[in-house]
Amino acid sequence: MEMIYEMLSYSFIVRAFIVGILVSLCASLLGVSLVLKRYSMIGDGLSHVSFGALAVALAMGYSPLPVSLPVVVIAAVLLLRLSETGKLRSDAAIALIASSSLAIGITVTSLTSGLTADIDSYMFGSILAMSGEDVILSVILSVIVLGLYLVCYNKIFAVTFDENFSRATGVRVSFYNMLIAILTAVTIVLGMRMMGALLISSLIIFPALTSMRVLKSFRGVVICSAVLSVVAFVAGMIISYEYSTPVGASVVLANLLFFLCAVMIGGIKKEKKNSSAIKKNNN
Amino acid sequence: MEPLIACKDVSLGYENREVANGINLEVYPGDYLCIVGENGSGKSTLVKGLIGLIRPLNGQIIVDPALKEESIGYLPQQTAAQKDFPATVSEVVISGCLKRRGFLPFYSKKEKQQAEKNMERLGIKDIGKKCYRELSGGQKQRVLLARALCATDKLLILDEPVTGLDPSAMAEMYQLIRKLNEEDHVAIIMVSHDIMNILSEAKTILHLKQQPLFYGSVSDYKKSEVSRCFLEVKK
Repeated sequence: MEMIYEMLSYSFIVRAFIVGILVSLCASLLGVSLVLKRYSMIGDGLSHVSFGALAVALAMGYSPLPVSLPVVVIAAVLLLRLSETGKLRSDAAIALIASSSLAIGITVTSLTSGLTADIDSYMFGSILAMSGEDVILSVILSVIVLGLYLVCYNKIFAVTFDENFSRATGVRVSFYNMLIAILTAVTIVLGMRMMGALLISSLIIFPALTSMRVLKSFRGVVICSAVLSVVAFVAGMIISYEYSTPVGASVVLANLLFFLCAVMIGGIKKEKKNSSAIKKNNN
Repeated sequence: MEPLIACKDVSLGYENREVANGINLEVYPGDYLCIVGENGSGKSTLVKGLIGLIRPLNGQIIVDPALKEESIGYLPQQTAAQKDFPATVSEVVISGCLKRRGFLPFYSKKEKQQAEKNMERLGIKDIGKKCYRELSGGQKQRVLLARALCATDKLLILDEPVTGLDPSAMAEMYQLIRKLNEEDHVAIIMVSHDIMNILSEAKTILHLKQQPLFYGSVSDYKKSEVSRCFLEVKK
C-alpha cells in the first residue's frame, strides 16, 4: 500500500495511470469485436503504421500525437476496405503495410537524429512519454471512444455476430465496421507511446481472448475484458515500478498470466462437464 | 391484396456479370415458396436481392411499404465466426429487434417481451441463458429463427435452413416452419437442396437455372418435365 502512495507522488506516474487505464478500457472493449471478427491483426498493423507516422512527425519537428492520429485513422479505413472487398488477402495486406511503415519510420529517424533511445521507447514503450498536453488529449479521446462504444453496443453486437442479418434488418453495417476501425486506430495511437508499437496490440487481443475462455455471454465477455485489462495494467505498472522493468512488457506479461489462468480454468470446466456427462450416461 | 414482395423481370448479378435473369415472382401473406436449383443457379443471389443486400441490375423488386418499415426476417447460413462466439441465446434473439429501435441505443421492455415471446414460440425459452456455441445444430437454427421472427412476423426468408441437420432435427425444423406458416400466417420463402421433403412442405416452387425454369404450384411442378429431370438426378 505504501508503495502505491509512493508511486502516486510522482506526477508522471499519475499521468501514466490515467492514460493507461483509459486506453486499456477502450482497447479491451474494441478487442472483443476485433477478435471475434477475425481482425486481431489490424491492431498490430495499425501500431506499426503509428510508429512510422510518429517517427516522421518527430523528424519534421511536429508534435507526434496530432500528426499520427489522422494517418493511422486513414490506414485503418484502408485496411478495412481491403479486407472487405477481398482484393488483396487481408492478412497479407496488413503485413505489407505494417512492415513498410516500420521501415519508413526507422529510415527517417536514422537519417535525421540517428537511432537513439527515443526510438527504443517508441518500440517498447516508456512511462515518461506522456506530457500534460498528451494526457488531456488522451482523456478526451478515450471518453469519446468509450461513449460511442456504449451507445452503439447493441449494434456492435449485431454486426459482430452476423453481418448479413444485420444488413437485412437495415443496420448500416459498413458504417459500424468503419466506426470500430476508427475507434481502434485512435486507441492505438493513444496507447502506443506508453505500451510501445510492438506491444500495444496485446492490449486489444489478450483481455478478449482471456474472458472468452471462461464466459458464455457477450455482455459478460465485454465486462470481464474491461475489468481484466485495467487490473492487468495496474499490476503491470506496479511490477514495472518495483523491478524497474519496461511498463509495456510488464503489462503484457500480466495479461499473459491471466490468460494462462483462464486456459486452466476453462480446461477444468470442460473436464468437469465431460465427467458429469459420462456419469449421466453410465446412470 | 398487395403482395408482400414482388419481382418484376429482375436480373441480378455482381459488377455487371449477370447471375440470374428474367425473374418474376409474387409472395402474398400465407404463401410458402421454395426456391430450388443446382449449385450456382443463382438461388443465393436471388435471396441477397430480396433482402436488399444487392441491387437488381435490371427490373424491380417491390417490397410492401408496411413490411419495409419493420424489416424482412432473414435466416442466413451459419458463418465460421459464429462457431466460437460467446453469446447467450437471449442476446442473439433480441438482436433481431434492432431495427425497431432506430437510433435509440438500448432495448426497452417491449423488445424484451417480444424476444421472450418468440423464444417461447420456438421452444427455446429454457435454454435462454445457454451459450450459443454450445448448442446443437437444430437448436442453433431455432435461435436464428426466433431472431428472424423478432424482426418481423410477416415474411421469413430462409437460406438452406436444414442443411447439416440430422434427420430428426430436420423434421422438427420443417414442422416449426409449417406451424408458423399455417397457424400464424407467416409467408415463407425458402432456399433448399432438400427437394424430396420440400415437395410435401411448400405450396409453390421456383426452379432456377440462371433463368426460372418453372414457377407455379407444387402439384403442377410434380407433373412438369423440369422436375422429372431434376428428381431423377437427385435420386
